[in-house]
This record gives sequence, C-alpha cells and structure tokens, in this order.
Amino acid sequence: MAAMTMIQALRSAMDLMLERDHNVVVYGQDVGYFGGVFRCTEGLQAKYGRSRVFDAPISEGGIVGAAIGMGAYGLRPVVEVQFADYFYPACDQIVSEAARLRYRSAGDFTAPITIRMPCGGGIYGGQTHSQSPEVLFTHVCGLRTVMPSNPRDAKGLLIASIENDDPVIFLEPKRLYNGPFDGHHDRPLVPWSAHPLGEVPEGYYTVPLESATVFRPGQALTAIAYGTMVYVCEAAAKETGIDAEIIDLRSIWPLDLPTLVASVKKTGRCVIVHEATRSSGFGAELTALVQEHCFYHLEAPIERVAGWDTPYPHAQEWAYFPGPERVGAAFRRVMED
Amino acid sequence: MSQGTPSLRLHVPEPTGRPGHETDFSYLHLSRAGEVRRPPVDATPADTSDLAYTLVRVLDDEGRAVGPWAPEADPALLRKGLVAMMKTRAFDARMLIAQRQKKISFYMQCLGEEAIATGHALALVQGDMCFPTYRQQGLLLARDDVSMVELICQLMSNERDPLRGRQLPVMYSMKRAGFFSISGNLATQFIQAVGWGMASAIKGATHIASAWIGDGSTAEADFHTALTFAHVYRAPVILNVVNNQWAISTFQAIAGGEATTFAARGVGCGIASLRVDGNDFLAVLAASRWAAERARGNLGPTLIEWLTYRAGAHSTSDDPSRYRPADDWQHFPLGDPVARLAQHLRGLGAWLDGEQAAMQAALEAEVTAALKEAERYGSLADGHMAGADAMFEDVYERMPPHLQEQRRQVAAFRKG
Repeated sequence: MAAMTMIQALRSAMDLMLERDHNVVVYGQDVGYFGGVFRCTEGLQAKYGRSRVFDAPISEGGIVGAAIGMGAYGLRPVVEVQFADYFYPACDQIVSEAARLRYRSAGDFTAPITIRMPCGGGIYGGQTHSQSPEVLFTHVCGLRTVMPSNPRDAKGLLIASIENDDPVIFLEPKRLYNGPFDGHHDRPLVPWSAHPLGEVPEGYYTVPLESATVFRPGQALTAIAYGTMVYVCEAAAKETGIDAEIIDLRSIWPLDLPTLVASVKKTGRCVIVHEATRSSGFGAELTALVQEHCFYHLEAPIERVAGWDTPYPHAQEWAYFPGPERVGAAFRRVMED
Repeated sequence: MSQGTPSLRLHVPEPTGRPGHETDFSYLHLSRAGEVRRPPVDATPADTSDLAYTLVRVLDDEGRAVGPWAPEADPALLRKGLVAMMKTRAFDARMLIAQRQKKISFYMQCLGEEAIATGHALALVQGDMCFPTYRQQGLLLARDDVSMVELICQLMSNERDPLRGRQLPVMYSMKRAGFFSISGNLATQFIQAVGWGMASAIKGATHIASAWIGDGSTAEADFHTALTFAHVYRAPVILNVVNNQWAISTFQAIAGGEATTFAARGVGCGIASLRVDGNDFLAVLAASRWAAERARGNLGPTLIEWLTYRAGAHSTSDDPSRYRPADDWQHFPLGDPVARLAQHLRGLGAWLDGEQAAMQAALEAEVTAALKEAERYGSLADGHMAGADAMFEDVYERMPPHLQEQRRQVAAFRKG
C-alpha cells in the first residue's frame, strides 16, 4: 500500500495497464510530453515511448473517432477529453459509433475504449469547467458510465474499465483529485494522505464495474450519491445527526441495483444527490428505480438534491453547488414524513 | 453608409442543370488522358499541388491506355475487374427490382461508380481494412470469397442475416473481407480509418487502411478531423473522396466544390493528393496502387478525389427527376466505366465480341440464383428472421441485468 492522491492512483492504473497489456495506448490533448493538465499521465510517455503515450490535436471528435478505429484494429485505447465540458464535439462518435459498434456489427467489430473526462464543480470553474454530463451517457445504450470518489476506487475502477470490452465513459471528479471535499469550501483542503481511502495498493487489482458500495452504513435513510456528493452526504449525516446509509454508486450505468434496493428496503427513506442539473438528471432514473422496486417499503417521498436547472455559474458557485446544508435539509424533510 | 457601396448579397450555389435544362459540365476541369504527370511515390504533399487541380486519366476516347499513369496490368486482371464491375451492376439492378417487389425494404445502388471500389479492391491485399460508405458494395463484390447469398441475407434481414436483423439493408459488416461495419452516420468512419491505420503503425504491422467518403459528407466535421490526424501522425491510410456530383438532391457546389476541388483540401492539410477519373478503371487501379505503396512505405497518407457521376437515384426512396435532368448521365463527359474498360479490352483482343452479352447473362443468372437461395432463409415480409432475443444481445459484451429483465418481459408478452 502507498499513500496516493486520486491523480497518482489514476496514473498508477494507466502505468500498470500500459505495462501489462501492449495493446493499451494513452493519448489526448497535452497528455504526452507534458503529462496532462492535471498531471494524470506524468512520466508515462518517457516510460513507454511516443507510440504508446502521445499528444493529440485539439479535436475531441478526432480523439474518440481515432480510438474507435484503433479499437477495431485490436488496440485498447485510453483517451482523455481534457474537461467533460468539452466532450460535445465527440458526441456523434460516442453515441452513434462507440456505443453501437458491437450491436450493429453483431460482434464483428468492438470498441474496447475508455474515455477519461475530468468532471464536476466546486472549483470556480464556471460554465465550461464544472459540468456533470453523466446523464448524457447513461441514456445511451451500449455505454458504461463510471465515476470514482476516492483514490482506491479510482485505480481499481480504471483498471476494470480499461479491461472491459465495452466502451467506458470514465468521469473523474476533479474536485477530488487532491483530497476529499464535503462542500465546506471555507475550510482548508484535507489531503488524501490524511484519509484512509488514500491508501492504495501499488500492484494490480480491480474494483468490479456494476458494484456499488455502502460508503457509510446507517439505519435512518438511504442517500444515493457518487463522486464529490458522497462526502457532502457524509458531512450532512454528521451535521444533522441523522444516521444516513450512504451508497456510492461508482458505476452509474449499468448500476448495482440490488445494493440500492436492499438499503432502501431497510431504511424506508431515500435521498438522491448529484451535482448535475435536476430536470431529467440521473436522479430521475434513480427515483424511478427506487419507486418501482421499493414502493411498499417507502415511508416518505423520495427526495432529490441536485444542481439547479441553470448553466454552472462562476460567482454564485456555492449557491449552486449542492452542499451539506441543502443535503442536510433534505435528510430532515424525509425524516419528518 | 457611403454612397455607391453595393449592398451585400448571399451567394447560394446552384447546378446549371435542373429538370428540363441540360447540365453544363464545363465546371469539371478535365484533363486529357495521359496528360497529367506521375510523381514518384515519395513525392512531398506540396509537390502534388498541381495534381489536385488536374485529372489523372489513362484511357483515351478510343480506349487506349496512354501516359505515365498507364498501369502494368495483366489483361487477366483487367478482365477480372470488368467482371467485378458487371457483377456489381447486375447485383444492384436485381436488388432494385427486389425492393420494388417488396422483398427488401430499402436499397442503394452504385450505378456508374463501379470502377472505383472494384479497381481499388484489386490494389489492396488481404488484411487491409476498408472503412466504406453505403455505396462501396464493389469492395465486396470484387472479392471471390464473398458470397452474394450472404449479402442478400443481410438485405432481407432474414434468419441467415449475419447482422441478425439489426441493421438497415446495405449496412454490411464483414471483418474477414476487410470491410468495416457501415454506419448510417455520415463521415464517422473517415477518422476511424485513420485510427485503424495509426494502430497498424503502433503495432509495427504492414497493413493499411482505406477510408471512404462522398462529396456531400466532406462537409462533416469528421472529414476535417481525419485529414488532420492522418497528416499529424503520417497514418498509413488512403483517404478516398468519391465525388459523384450529388448528395441526394444537393449539387456538389453546396458541399464546397464550387471553383475548387476536394483533392485540394488534402494538399491544404499537408497530404499528398490526386484527382482521378473515377470512371477509368486503369486510372483507378494505378492511383490506388500509388497511394497504397506510399502508405505501406511509411511515406504517409494520400487523398484521392475520384471524379464520377451518380448515375442512379440516391436510394430507392429518391426520385432524381425532381432535381436534375433525366438524361444527365448520358452527357457526363467521363462516360460509363464498364463500357470504357470493355472497349479497352476489346482493343487488346482480350474481350471478344459476344463475351459481354454472355457474361451479362451468366451474372444475371448468378444473382437470380443467389436471391433464390437467400429467399429460402426467409425475409422480413414472412417473419423468418432473428428472434426478439437477438435484439438484446451484443449491446454489451455480457448482458447486464436490466437487459435480461427487458428480454424476459418481451418473452412474457409473446407467450401471453
């Protein structure tokens, strides 16, 4: 075990997979020589050479389109879109091509690619450095959408994603790159070295896809979250004194339904929390699933706490970001019913 | 506003020919056969600038092979090419009828463009990968190891359809024949081909990719990304632009072809580029070989604009008489690729009078027999097709629980 930030854990996963599988290639904008604007690929080009790890033109459609061709050849590309806010030019390649290739060719061709995208807010990123577009992927059949919340999961999930033969959208909450964040922006950053989940095995391991985890066991209500919101929920539980069971989805879609259902059936109450905008957000799907599978166990309406239905603002960041106060208020509301 | 300054006017290109008015084909900027130089395969991209604005042609009006691009080609190979073209045309003609008879739901022919895909196929080797559009069926029909029955089963979405009824007719996929899965989304495969070529280079292999796009689709963003990536990484890829003058009802000038060429885009991106008579089988063979040799020699990508004419309707859902002259193809100055190669072979004494009719009859019989056999495996119309279970497979490598549940729901309904 070694203390790692999420950045180091992600780099360790790519390092390991570049070493283990000669079909793994890593590329994207500023990913090669410079090592990535977030340092996630630092040193990899020097270690594996320019034909395995390289810089790409500023063209998200080109980066993903070329990766699909490489996947069809038999490589296992791990590509980076610098910010999730900039995946839109690659939308056609992701939705029409990567997601559909196996289906439309009846398995003749596949797209075993992983697309890494830093996502999420809480960093004064404004409109185009803060978005959480996960629901634009979860609605696409054929894609897997994954989001880790800590270094240990980040490494294990990224290795599992790279090894998976389906196209995986790997969303990395950049607010968690250097330490956990519970929404208390006025407090100093806690580094991963001070958190147990910053202890990461140095060698190979995987965290299976479609496996959620009970991040904090509890009896009073079930909070379903992923990414940064896991820590916000933890803070809300502590600050309200409500014994919330916090589920970290990890794989957003396809997801681990039994873990959710077992928890809500136990607690009878459910709060769903995400940074992304509310309307038609992934919370709507989660609400529907909980309602369908746990209706007779529910003792209160399912609550959703999400980003407002606005573009992500700059100056109003902390009025926008669903922090522990808003989540805590929802916890109280579902307990009152 | 100062006096005398003219007001601005929006320019919207129009074809010269519309229904009832003859097309003026002078916009094509043709060269005479044999006139255009053949540079060495290691020419720099900039050194191909003139070739992007002229036209590589080998066959003259008398059917003789002239000039520096005349390929070394055994008459037997050319006969094979002629038969492949005739076979493609016969296949298209029969499938058009099958669509009208409601045996298949949809079809797209490549009438008039047969030389490009069939000639190109003969310049590639086993293991190369083509990333075709829906109008390169000649890549498949030029091959001895692809059965027409298999293609027709796809067209009929029947129980032998290799794509299990999931795809529209003509959206073939055949990895073993170097034919990438066709997508309905235009231009997407152009950059994928570049990625495939990059992969071959990353692995230190010897195979090259061949990318295909139409004139209209060059306006898509992926055309630009493909050229940029191919140039940046010197990818072993042939970037084929089939300029058949029409994108459904839209004349190629609306795609950006007015007063320029599509080959010129390649030079602008630092890619060696050729503009070639797409109805001249020998020019197709020669230019394809030149580009393939370049790619295989790590000399970089080549863009080829194939000048041709979409002689038929865009698809079985299209009526071209509503937007262009009915007799347009008869006036197209580059003629008919089948007639031109047949004339050349007759001049060599390698295609005798009477062979054409006999071959035509044999190919028609072959297609009819293939159609009959494919019909034995059912069709969309009679319900003999892959079952509903096939609908849920291959979305993912392993079926996730939500799809297993949905499959169960379909099964329950069908029982009830």
